[in-house]
Amino acid sequence: MIRFDNVTKVYARGARPALDHVSLEIPRSEFCFLVGASGSGKSTMLSIVLREEHITAGKAFVLGADLSQMPQRRIPRFRRQIGSVFQDFRLLERKSVFDNVAFAMQVIGRPRHAIMRTVPDVLDLVGLAGKEKRSPHELSGGEQQRVAIARAVVNRPQILLADEPTGNLDPRTSEGIMAVLERVNQTGTTVVMATHDVGLVDQAQHRVVELVEGRVVRDEASGYYGREV
Amino acid sequence: MRFRFVLAEIVHGFRRNASMIGAVILVTFVSLSAVGAALMLQIEVDRVKGEWYDKVEVSIYLCPDDPVDQGNCAGGPVTADQMRAVSDRLKSAEMEPYVEQIYEQTAQSVYDEYLERYGGTYLGEQITVEFFGPIIHVSLKDPDKFQVVTDAVSTMPGVLQAVDQSQLFDTLFDLLAKVRLAALAVAGVLALAAILLITTTIRLSALSRRRETGIMRLVGASNLFIQLPFMLEGAVAALLGSVLAVGTLWGVTRFWLSDWVEQNFTLIQGSVNAMDALVVAPWLVVAAVVLAGVSSALTLRRFTRV
Repeated sequence: MIRFDNVTKVYARGARPALDHVSLEIPRSEFCFLVGASGSGKSTMLSIVLREEHITAGKAFVLGADLSQMPQRRIPRFRRQIGSVFQDFRLLERKSVFDNVAFAMQVIGRPRHAIMRTVPDVLDLVGLAGKEKRSPHELSGGEQQRVAIARAVVNRPQILLADEPTGNLDPRTSEGIMAVLERVNQTGTTVVMATHDVGLVDQAQHRVVELVEGRVVRDEASGYYGREV
Repeated sequence: MRFRFVLAEIVHGFRRNASMIGAVILVTFVSLSAVGAALMLQIEVDRVKGEWYDKVEVSIYLCPDDPVDQGNCAGGPVTADQMRAVSDRLKSAEMEPYVEQIYEQTAQSVYDEYLERYGGTYLGEQITVEFFGPIIHVSLKDPDKFQVVTDAVSTMPGVLQAVDQSQLFDTLFDLLAKVRLAALAVAGVLALAAILLITTTIRLSALSRRRETGIMRLVGASNLFIQLPFMLEGAVAALLGSVLAVGTLWGVTRFWLSDWVEQNFTLIQGSVNAMDALVVAPWLVVAAVVLAGVSSALTLRRFTRV
């Protein structure tokens, strides 16, 4: 599903690489944590998977496509198979919960009846049934992140990238979000989650990939946040 | 679905950017009005030329009864023989390649025409029929070859003066050409201003909708779909400007200019026509679309890239 072969990413000439010869494979339906300090290369990795960043050296394959060979015009269609969630939710304030989720379908030209059918299902999946008409500012942080997850998965992506999705949330709310991500994962979606949340990682017992200064220093099938824990 | 979505985005953009959109509309309006005025001026000039260049190019004024000390009038008023001699000269085989047609006008008829125009005025009352001689009007096969004709007759007895009428028009056409050039220059500067304004408007609009476009990119909306609302926003504003320009040109011509020309330029009556505004309308609309297109191309590449 996602394969990195010796991937190196350098943002500015002469600077320390953000990713340094990273090799990694994440199979279909896996739940994988990316852990490490800020600046260790977690976000860079997600950006590369989403084809927002070019790689400097090596090879990266996502969903069977060689990212360095992908022409510009193929990128939109490629991204429809990947959902993304961020720490800051990135909801549209002037749209209701329903419209925020529907937006992701509208802009790729899905028909109205498909939107009317799919959006309630997805809101149900993330536990927001009955809150369709609310505005984002009427929701708690956890609920806003659920809307963001609903938007990310409404087009049934094969991969969900989550960049510190619980970074702004308290531990209890974070567990709720984690549960939602688990549910998404159980529908067959590969989930890659970059996080600092020690508790969540330790509890979930999923694969953990630890990055330090752009290098993979640890890759455990069922691991903890840090070795010392 | 897509159409409605794009439409809603445009309406939203218009509301958020109302003052900038207003500026775009006004600048394209003035710019395209100037372009339209220049185009219409060209149409009018062509029409007047078409009507008059063919009708009268050379008028040969013959000596009047009232003694004048100019031309070949020392021998007094033109005689019937002299007049026939001039006519015959114009109809000769030598002149045949140049002369299309001749038309003789008696002194009385010239006077009548004069009275028609100036009858009630001081000038009209002072002048009597004796001041006028007959005129031979000559239309030419090639208006540029008037010199051959005037040279041929101007030394003949009984000829007061041979005048190339088109010279009178040339002064007018010269003036109109300068006006047209000035209008085009103004239009050019304003078109540049319009492009800069539309560019800025699109940029502001794109910046204020960065979050939307960011999400659109993430969920895989196509470039065209992301950029279309912005492009159409500029295009609709420019189109509104062009519609205003066409309306203004039409209104000004219809309700003001044609009357004014009728009253002041008897010779070119009826040549200024409000329908000309509709003739230039498609060009103005095309110009508006080109303005908006150039601006969009300049901006969007940088601001909404995937």
